[in-house]
Amino acid sequence: MAQIFPEWTNKLPPYIALGVIIIITGVVGFVWYYFSPWYTDVGYRPEQPVTFSHKLHNDDLGIDCRYCHNLVEVSPHANIPATQTCMNCHTLIKPDSEKLTKISESWNLEKPMQWVRIHKLPDYVYFDHSIHLRAGVGCASCHGNINQLEVVKQNMPLSMSWCLDCHRNPDEHLRPVSEITNMYWTPPDDQMVLAKTIRAEKDINPNTDCSACHR
Amino acid sequence: MANGTENIAEYSGTEQALDPDKLSFRGITDKISGITERRTPPVWFVAFGAAFSLFLVLLGSIGYLIWEGVGIWGLNNPVGWGWAIINFVWWVGIGHAGTLISAILFLLRQRWRTSINRFAEAMTLFAILCALIFPGIHVGRIWVAYWMAPLPNQMSMWPNFRSPLLWDVFAVSTYFTASLLFWYTGLIPDLATFRDRAKKKIKKLIFGILSLGWRGGNRQWRHYELAYLILAGISTPLVLSVHSVVSTDFAVSILPGWHTTIFPPYFVAGAIFSGFAMVVTLTIIARKIFSLDHIITLDHLEKMNKIMLLTGMMVGYAYSIEFFIAWYSGNIYEQFAFLNRAFGNYSWAYWIMISCNVLIPQIFWVKRWRRAVPVMFVASIIINIGMWFERFVIVVTSLSRDFLPANWDYYRPTFWDISTFVGSFGLFFTLFLLFIRLLPMISMTEIKGVLPQADPYHHCPGGHNE
Repeated sequence: MAQIFPEWTNKLPPYIALGVIIIITGVVGFVWYYFSPWYTDVGYRPEQPVTFSHKLHNDDLGIDCRYCHNLVEVSPHANIPATQTCMNCHTLIKPDSEKLTKISESWNLEKPMQWVRIHKLPDYVYFDHSIHLRAGVGCASCHGNINQLEVVKQNMPLSMSWCLDCHRNPDEHLRPVSEITNMYWTPPDDQMVLAKTIRAEKDINPNTDCSACHR
Repeated sequence: MANGTENIAEYSGTEQALDPDKLSFRGITDKISGITERRTPPVWFVAFGAAFSLFLVLLGSIGYLIWEGVGIWGLNNPVGWGWAIINFVWWVGIGHAGTLISAILFLLRQRWRTSINRFAEAMTLFAILCALIFPGIHVGRIWVAYWMAPLPNQMSMWPNFRSPLLWDVFAVSTYFTASLLFWYTGLIPDLATFRDRAKKKIKKLIFGILSLGWRGGNRQWRHYELAYLILAGISTPLVLSVHSVVSTDFAVSILPGWHTTIFPPYFVAGAIFSGFAMVVTLTIIARKIFSLDHIITLDHLEKMNKIMLLTGMMVGYAYSIEFFIAWYSGNIYEQFAFLNRAFGNYSWAYWIMISCNVLIPQIFWVKRWRRAVPVMFVASIIINIGMWFERFVIVVTSLSRDFLPANWDYYRPTFWDISTFVGSFGLFFTLFLLFIRLLPMISMTEIKGVLPQADPYHHCPGGHNE
């Protein structure tokens, strides 16, 4: 009986096996890296209508985060300041700067600024800034060293596992409430002891039930 | 000659189902291969067209479901599980006959299984595929159906291993994998026959790849037989475990009418019952169309009818013991659930179930009816209707009358419930028709193995004892 397959096909099986392994590893690796919010979301830096510099205002001039985001300690939402807040200073400081054209326009026409939102959570997630600040999670823990940024970007993936990592193991991220907006605060050597005291004092037991966030 | 026939009956411990005068090694190969090698008969195209149209109905229904959501079904507040789960359990149940025939009967040396095992295994695979559609699409957000699998993800989400619904995912997918491997292993020698008989180059290549280099050598046969035996051993517990796990979907919950320990064996018996009924239905059609009366004989059909009679009575026993336990437990909710089944607003479904599953199979006590093809054809279809109603009764009666009377409601299917179910037959028959057109629907090698001529003690006509 004539052979159906030429002789070289004898060498195929190992190559096929190798190919399958490479393809599977490749697909897993691809999904692992490129489908992760660490790739898709972190570093999101949209262009804002006004080139507001956090570095200038916060780091160089020393304005506290809460001067502009004034409701962050009492509200679920860390508010974006109204044009009014900008104008508190800018009626006197560089009122004619070209960079501020849009702000004065907004001010004169009484139309709110259209800032581009960076940190987006899905509709089905409940998140409250105030309780996190009261517990002693600093701004920098989630938003990174925003005081060094000319243009703000997303620093953390905001994925569910990222939330859960901290809810399950918050000790590394707690600090005294007086330090929450301090961008240069570093955990002391006895951070674990400090965290324990803070947790005991405020009875902090982060909730990991579904209904904690999906209400 | 007559002496030889008796010998083999004695030797194999079974009745003589195959007539050696009508069958030869060559004749079997020609017959079975011929079905796929001849020009496609017009009746096949008609059947395939009908089946494929129904399959398109299924695709359309699923498409609309994904677009619109499960609200298109008749589900309401207490009845959150409707036809989707009923159809799932029904199809999985049908899938049980294949592995029972191929694995358990193989281990029990029931050699009559060889005429129907390939067929039944294929039916099993296609039935499981139909079944798997329903849990897949009923989740509402079908694009997150992968949450059922234990895949690491950015949500830190992991399946709940305490949930029987998850056990189900694993039980059914394991069953499908094992059945597929078993079926494929059995196919290898026959695929090699197809390869050797193929005239066209492309066909030779395809069957050449599929037959995995089978040459029919002694060593290959030894490995093959051992692999088949091991796979039969692996598949055997699955026959019993899969539907047991499916039954825990209900039994682990606390709803009266579901929360009973009899469920696993009762479900397994029902599954084998409906599976054999489906095999009988399909076998009768196939042996008629392809004139296989001499390979799938009345003896085979009669044996399957006996199994249906047995499992039908097991199911009937389960129905009655449920009532007994409801009374004996003294639990008023349990008692209400069962009285409501028989005499409540779904009593019509209950009595359809009793008539189809318990009363109709009793005709098989009569040998003449057990061997009458039209009778068993109608009976097998009625049994599967009854088994569908069994799942309907279990799912709907208990849910529609739960603990709080304020919740009570009446469940009605919508057009989309029906079209999805009818469409699943389209998928089933599309696959089945492709199978009988492209692959050997009866195991040629195994049939040859049980022929009298294959028996070493058999003396051929013209042999030295004549």
